[in-house]
Order: sequence, then structure tokens, then C-alpha cells
Amino acid sequence: MYVAVKGGEKAILNAHELLAEKRRGDLSVPELTVEQIENQLPLAVNRVMTEGSLYDPELAALAIKQASGDLIEAIFLLRAFRTTLTRLGVSLPIDTSQMTLWRRISATFKDLPGGQILGPTYDYTHRLLDFSLISDSGDRENDRVREITSTPLKEAVPRVLDLLNREGLIETAASEDKRNVGDLTLHPLQIPTNRDLRLQNLARGDEGFLLGLAYSTQRGFGYNHPFVGEIRFGEVAVEINPEELGFLIEIGEITVTECQMINQFKGSATQPPCFTRGYGLTFGHCERKAMAMALLDRSLRCHELGETVDSPAQDEEFVLMHNDNVQASGFVEHLKLPHYVDFQAELTLVRNLRSGVQQEKAEEEGK
Amino acid sequence: MSKEAEFFRVDTPLRQEWMAVLAKARPEDLEEAWRSLREKPKYHLLRPHETGLVMVRARAGGTGMQFNLGEMTVTRCTVQVDGGAPGTAYVMGQNRRHAELAALFDALLQDPSRHSSLMESVIRPIKNSIRDRKAMIAKKAASTRVEFFTMVRGD
Repeated sequence: MYVAVKGGEKAILNAHELLAEKRRGDLSVPELTVEQIENQLPLAVNRVMTEGSLYDPELAALAIKQASGDLIEAIFLLRAFRTTLTRLGVSLPIDTSQMTLWRRISATFKDLPGGQILGPTYDYTHRLLDFSLISDSGDRENDRVREITSTPLKEAVPRVLDLLNREGLIETAASEDKRNVGDLTLHPLQIPTNRDLRLQNLARGDEGFLLGLAYSTQRGFGYNHPFVGEIRFGEVAVEINPEELGFLIEIGEITVTECQMINQFKGSATQPPCFTRGYGLTFGHCERKAMAMALLDRSLRCHELGETVDSPAQDEEFVLMHNDNVQASGFVEHLKLPHYVDFQAELTLVRNLRSGVQQEKAEEEGK
Repeated sequence: MSKEAEFFRVDTPLRQEWMAVLAKARPEDLEEAWRSLREKPKYHLLRPHETGLVMVRARAGGTGMQFNLGEMTVTRCTVQVDGGAPGTAYVMGQNRRHAELAALFDALLQDPSRHSSLMESVIRPIKNSIRDRKAMIAKKAASTRVEFFTMVRGD
């Protein structure tokens, strides 16, 4: 336990000034603008928006600048800012089948209607450092893509799993709108929980933590044999229904990444063998995160599907209670704060124990 | 019939359409449209700008159970144009001026004497540029369409 301390105002003030100085770095180098971060580090911005649970590229870029590029600190800043705003409403569920696609691939269906669209991806790059990026690329034109096809994509490309499930071998995601949708921002998580809360929790969860846990399922800790049914990323409209208007309005478009994972399921007493599904969805382009989320969404459905539960990735409490990097860093990092009194007590305790042991030893030797 | 009653005959789907265009417009385009408006009406803020949050919902698997994905910033504003209908806007992000201008044009578009010319001079060009941008994305994405061939194994 740490206790309140007094004093140190000047030192703290100076420490923050020093931080600002370090953040700015060498004054002969031009200062980074928030606009540059938003435009040229979009994947960092996307991660901060997803885990900060707030879609606002400008604010996320500002948070990254303020945090000197520490993304978890930036996520913390965004979460803190969010608490200062009131909620004006709730959107209709976004319709990802109406997405303006930048990318859409399937690892399970080769010839999918609409085709495999690679989009802007690091897949198939050679992971060799590109030294030409050290200097200004000199790019002044925005259209680098060669041989732009004259046949653009269709406006709406249906989701693969909705399209290619004619035999009914893959479970369908039925809409059930009877109950209230759980919201972690209003009520703290209670275990056991439901899939809606799990998905909200996973969507905000730390990418590294989810990635490691998802990997653990592939290495045998709760294996469920996954295939990527589809990954898509693009822009979708957000609609709300303001009370004073009484009709739906579109307020803009957000970029999201969706991953539909298909998993083997050997069946149960009530269900014949089929493929089950795991779902991942993030703000922006966060593909690795969406995939990890989909694997964990599926592994956490173990109770519902009557599977043996013996691995960390199947343990709801383990996964959901430890994946929030703001909570986790708060508790881990609070250890840096003054624990002087607490430690004094421990010191006294250990001294007493030791002197007790030594006394006993001396008495034994004296016998 | 009073003049006020006339404003409420606005066709809802049409209003939804222009409100969506105004929300997605670039603020600088709306600013330019406002600048080039010959007779600028007097107006006041009925409900001042307010930036808040909208919780974005999604569905598990795209079609299943609803869940809360995360929030987004949204700015809203309602204006009252003198002798006209109130105009409302909800736009994503925190740009107050964007919300104000979108609300202003929403009000003016409900005015029968201005409606047609504004649809033509403001809404149509913005709608076209939104459409062109989407068409460009569709073309660029299509240029990365790949055909994978499964190799026959030698064994």
C-alpha cells in the first residue's frame, strides 16, 4: 500500500518541464505536427483509437505526440479525455456488408465473389529495411498505384460467410435483439459474463496481451483449429436516431477492420459437427488485433459449446480481467509510487523474524 | 397556411440525404459555400455547439448479437434562422464550425425559396466529390485484386 506524501512540487514541475524538453528533442529538427502523425502514422493512431475506445483520429494523434510515442500512455490519455464528455446517443449497429472496401481477403475460399482484394498490406513484403525512406521520398503525387483497373469494386460486397454457407455447415450469426446490450463503460465487468460484454472488452483490450493469448490457443492451450473466413477493412456509415428529429441520420463514416474466423467443432449431444465462428472488430486498420480478438471470442465460447475448459485462453476471468492495458499499467506502475511506510512495516517484521530465528539458534547451541 | 407550416412539409428521406451529405462534407467546402451565399440570413444558436460521444454498436459475426464496439466524438448544433425553420446537425469529430454550418444549411434547405438552388449549388457538388472519392477507393482496391492458384503437389 502506498500513502499520501507532501512536498516535491518544484521537483515534479521541473520533471515535467524536462519531459517536455525531451519530447521536443533537438530544436534544429522541425517539430512533428499532429496532422503529420494522423496522416503518416495511421496504424499507431488506429491502435490508440481502438484501445482508447474512442474514434477520433485527431485526438489520438495528439495523444501520441503528447505521450512521446508511448502508445499505452496515449491510450490512457484518450480514455481520460473520454470521461469529460457526455454521451449524446447510441448508433444503430454498423453494417459491415455495406463497407467501402480497402481490403478483403479469405484464406478459406479461393474464388470468392468479388475476388481477393489485397489492399494496402504489409503481407507479402520482404521485411527488409527500406533505406530510401531515410530521406524525403520526394513523393508529390498521391497516385502511386500502377495499372489502375477500369473495373472498380462493386459498391457493396457481401460478407463471405453470409454468401458461401449454402450447405449450412457454418453456424449462422442470428440476430437476437431481445435483451439490453451490456456496456462496460456504465457497469464494471462481472464474471460470468455474456458475449456482448466479452466482445466490447476484447475490442478495447491490449493488442499484445490478446495476441499472446491467441497464439497460446494455436500452440495447444485450448486449440480450436481456426481458419480465416474473411478479413475486411474499409469505411462504414454510422447512423443515429436523435430524439428531437425522430428519424435516422448519418453522422459520418468510420474505418473498421473485421475478422471472421471459422473453427472446427466436433459437435455435442444436441449439435451435429459443424464450423463455429469467432468475431473480431476494431476501429481503423488493426488486423492483427482483429484476428487475435476473433480467436479469443471463439475460445471463450467454450462453455456455450460444451468444450473442456483447461487453458488460460478459455478462462473468462483470466482473459477479460487482465487485458485492459490502462488498468494493468495503473496497477503495475503504482508500485513506483512511495511505499515508504508500508516497506518500513515490512522491514520491522523481517528484522523481528530474523532476530527470533537467531535467538532460537543461539539457545539451541547453548544447550 | 402560415409560412412556418410550409417548412414542415419537407420530405424526410430528402432531408436525411442532405443531412448525410452535410455531415460528410469537408468543413472548408461548407465555409466556401457559406461565403459565396449572396443573401446570408440572420440566425442564432437555438442549442449551442456541444461535443459529446456516440457509442458505436456492431453485431457479432456482422449479423448476430449487438455489442458496443467503442465511442466516437460527435458535435451537434441547432440553429434558428430568422423567419425560417430550425436546422440541426450532428457531425463526427469536434469541429464546431462544421456543425454550425451544417445546421445552417439544413435550415436553409428547408426553405422552399432557397431549396432548389442550394441543392444544386451546395449539396450536389459535395455529393459528387464524396462519390468520386469512393470510386477512387474502389478502383485502387480493385487494382490489388489477386488470383491465387493452388499448386499441385509433387507427391
